[in-house]
Amino acid sequence: MKPINFSSFYPDFYVERLENKCIKCKICIKECTYEVHTWDEKKKILKEDHSKCVGCHRCEAMCPTNAIIIKRHPSQFREHHLWNPYFIKNIYKQADKGGVLLSSTGCDLPLKIYFDHLVIDACQVTNPPIDPLREPMELRTYIGSKPEKLEVEKTETGYKLKKALPPLIKLEMPIIFAGMSYGAISLHIHQGLARAAKELGILYNTGEGGLHSSLYEYKDHTIVQCASGRFGVNVDYLNAGVAIEIKIGQGAKPGIGGHLPGEKVNEEISKTRMIPLGTDALSPAPHHDIYSIEDLRGLIYALKEATEYKKPVFVKVAAVNNIAAIASGIVRAGADAVVIDGIRGGTGAAPTMFRQYVGIPIELAISAVDKRLREEGIRHKTTLIASGGIRCSADVVKAIALGADVVAIGTPLLIAVGCTLCQRCYTGKCPWGIATNNPELIKRLPPEVVYEKVYNLMNAWRSEIKEMLGAMGLNSIESLRSNRDKLRAIGLTKEEMEILEVKHAGE
Amino acid sequence: MSVILNVENWSYTKVNQYLREKILEGETEFELHGVNGHRYLFAGIKQKIKAKILGVPGLDLGCFMSGPEIYVYGNVQDACGNTMEEGKIVVYGMAGDVIGYSMRGGKIFIKGDVGYRVGIHMKAYQDKHPVIIIGGKTGDFLGEYMAGGTIIVLGLLSQHPEKPITGKFLGTGMHGGVIYIRGELDPFFLGKNLKISPINEEDLTYLKTILTEYCADMDENLESIINDRFSKITPVSHRPYGNLYAY
Ligand code: SF4
Ligand code: SF4
Repeated sequence: MKPINFSSFYPDFYVERLENKCIKCKICIKECTYEVHTWDEKKKILKEDHSKCVGCHRCEAMCPTNAIIIKRHPSQFREHHLWNPYFIKNIYKQADKGGVLLSSTGCDLPLKIYFDHLVIDACQVTNPPIDPLREPMELRTYIGSKPEKLEVEKTETGYKLKKALPPLIKLEMPIIFAGMSYGAISLHIHQGLARAAKELGILYNTGEGGLHSSLYEYKDHTIVQCASGRFGVNVDYLNAGVAIEIKIGQGAKPGIGGHLPGEKVNEEISKTRMIPLGTDALSPAPHHDIYSIEDLRGLIYALKEATEYKKPVFVKVAAVNNIAAIASGIVRAGADAVVIDGIRGGTGAAPTMFRQYVGIPIELAISAVDKRLREEGIRHKTTLIASGGIRCSADVVKAIALGADVVAIGTPLLIAVGCTLCQRCYTGKCPWGIATNNPELIKRLPPEVVYEKVYNLMNAWRSEIKEMLGAMGLNSIESLRSNRDKLRAIGLTKEEMEILEVKHAGE
Repeated sequence: MSVILNVENWSYTKVNQYLREKILEGETEFELHGVNGHRYLFAGIKQKIKAKILGVPGLDLGCFMSGPEIYVYGNVQDACGNTMEEGKIVVYGMAGDVIGYSMRGGKIFIKGDVGYRVGIHMKAYQDKHPVIIIGGKTGDFLGEYMAGGTIIVLGLLSQHPEKPITGKFLGTGMHGGVIYIRGELDPFFLGKNLKISPINEEDLTYLKTILTEYCADMDENLESIINDRFSKITPVSHRPYGNLYAY
């Protein structure tokens, strides 16, 4: 008997074609990479296979007459609160294929979003707000280990520091671009992000996929990543940016590694990753030279020694249960910055069970880590970079008030260049030309467009952050850091407020 | 003329800084005495220099390097040759864990035994082909996740005459490259998705060339080694995890 695929019976989406508007131009056929639209030559009509649609809305956006509407498929199962269609369909899929479920982007469960339970303070009467349009507003901040104290000595010509400062990186605003590897996203995105980072005076991150030669010119705005697979890592690569990030984990899949399937390793990717064409690129969960904080110190200092102590070394981890103790260990191991990625952090591909259920929200992690490092008297030794679920400039402000120095963003950048969060990046067929390296598809999104959109977004956030700071009566972002008094909680429990160190609204 | 240096009372940072300066000045030969746990020696060095090390270097000897030839008259600690790209490390003693982690090119020759997870993540790329030859025996997880290059285990000289030549889980996750073991290998020690086969003419020619170099460095007798049986271990599939997912 022919095997039955239950999962193909019940489409998620419904592709509605308004026949009175459709001019049969067939653009939809070309635009859809999932082969939903087909042309019936005999009947001279367009047909659609709803079961293949992933809901990316590309055809809808590109249809010149707005003849396509993508809807949730109206066919419904009988209601069952426990067994909703999501679980039923996942079981069909696994029963058909027998494999691990994959997802892309970040956790989409309705977990409590703490950002939405925090409100921001503003000055009224007793202290005047500052207008950033007429007064200077400092968004500049520095990444790196700061000394406990500065000792100055007199010289013949003036004053100088007794001890040289460790390497610090200047950022013109407290936002950097999160690590997304070339391979997971297109080269055009990297090129656009790198240029935007340069114009904005901030940093982008290569992810673990090595560095394409066209990006060498953005050296001063590049973080190079060193993950367990060490793809594309050699001494030139380590020196090709201003900082090195050791990737231990990421919020979308704490405790497991990465895996770029061989079919995505084309010629250019093989060059930047320095692996043969078409081989799987496996980054296992642990670095097998790191089984302890002491081992982590070993790698941090190996990287520092190989780059002559000129580059700050970051360590990126996922936010998990004991994140405060882990972060403390990382700082003691010598990391100049700790990057913490919360459960909502995005990904090109992660097992669904991990993306949904492993890790903790970034808001709680930031506060817990900041508090722990302060209590231990080592907060100054590191920069706390938070990521995973930052959606707007107010989230940035709240993250900093909770104790982060800098935030890293990924998903907002992809949305800025057209991503509709269809959550199918792992197929490599992204119809928007984002999560793909298909030479035809990447043409849909040239680097200039990426640059412009991302620059605009950051420009907007920069203005908003300045205004919010001004309203709070602050004129520098560094005075906001850890400043919990600028936040109040709405609808949080006592315990949650204790972890976040915020008072309830009205208190 | 070699630069001869006694580093007994120097910190590793100072030693490395000094070495870098001398290399930049154009020095090409070094002899380090009194090495005792100094970490990261020759980290990231690209020049084709030669060095003799007397003593026991610490973690990550020659990590990220792509050029030097280093001869160690003693044992080496963990992670020697970490992510190295080119060059050679010869150890006239034993070696610790994760030797040659993710190395992309160059050679590591060890006279005695090695620890766990040696040659993990080795990969070959274009004209680069990393090689690790172990004169003694190995711990578990040899060649784990190996994607390219060659590992040869000879089992000639060992602290553990009673133990088998390799540990368990050999080549787990291996999806490229070759491991040669002198003698027979009990499949019990093998990771999943690997096959053991006898060597062919091509293997023999390769083994002869590379072992000639090893024997010259180690003062071993090639004839007595090469005439032994070798088992060849290769992955069954280059996509060991190809069917892992459902979508
Ligand atoms: S382009 Fe996207 S939305 Fe349109 S049919 Fe194809 S998958 Fe569905
Ligand atoms: S990047 Fe592309 S594939 Fe991924 S969620 Fe966005 S639109 Fe979908």
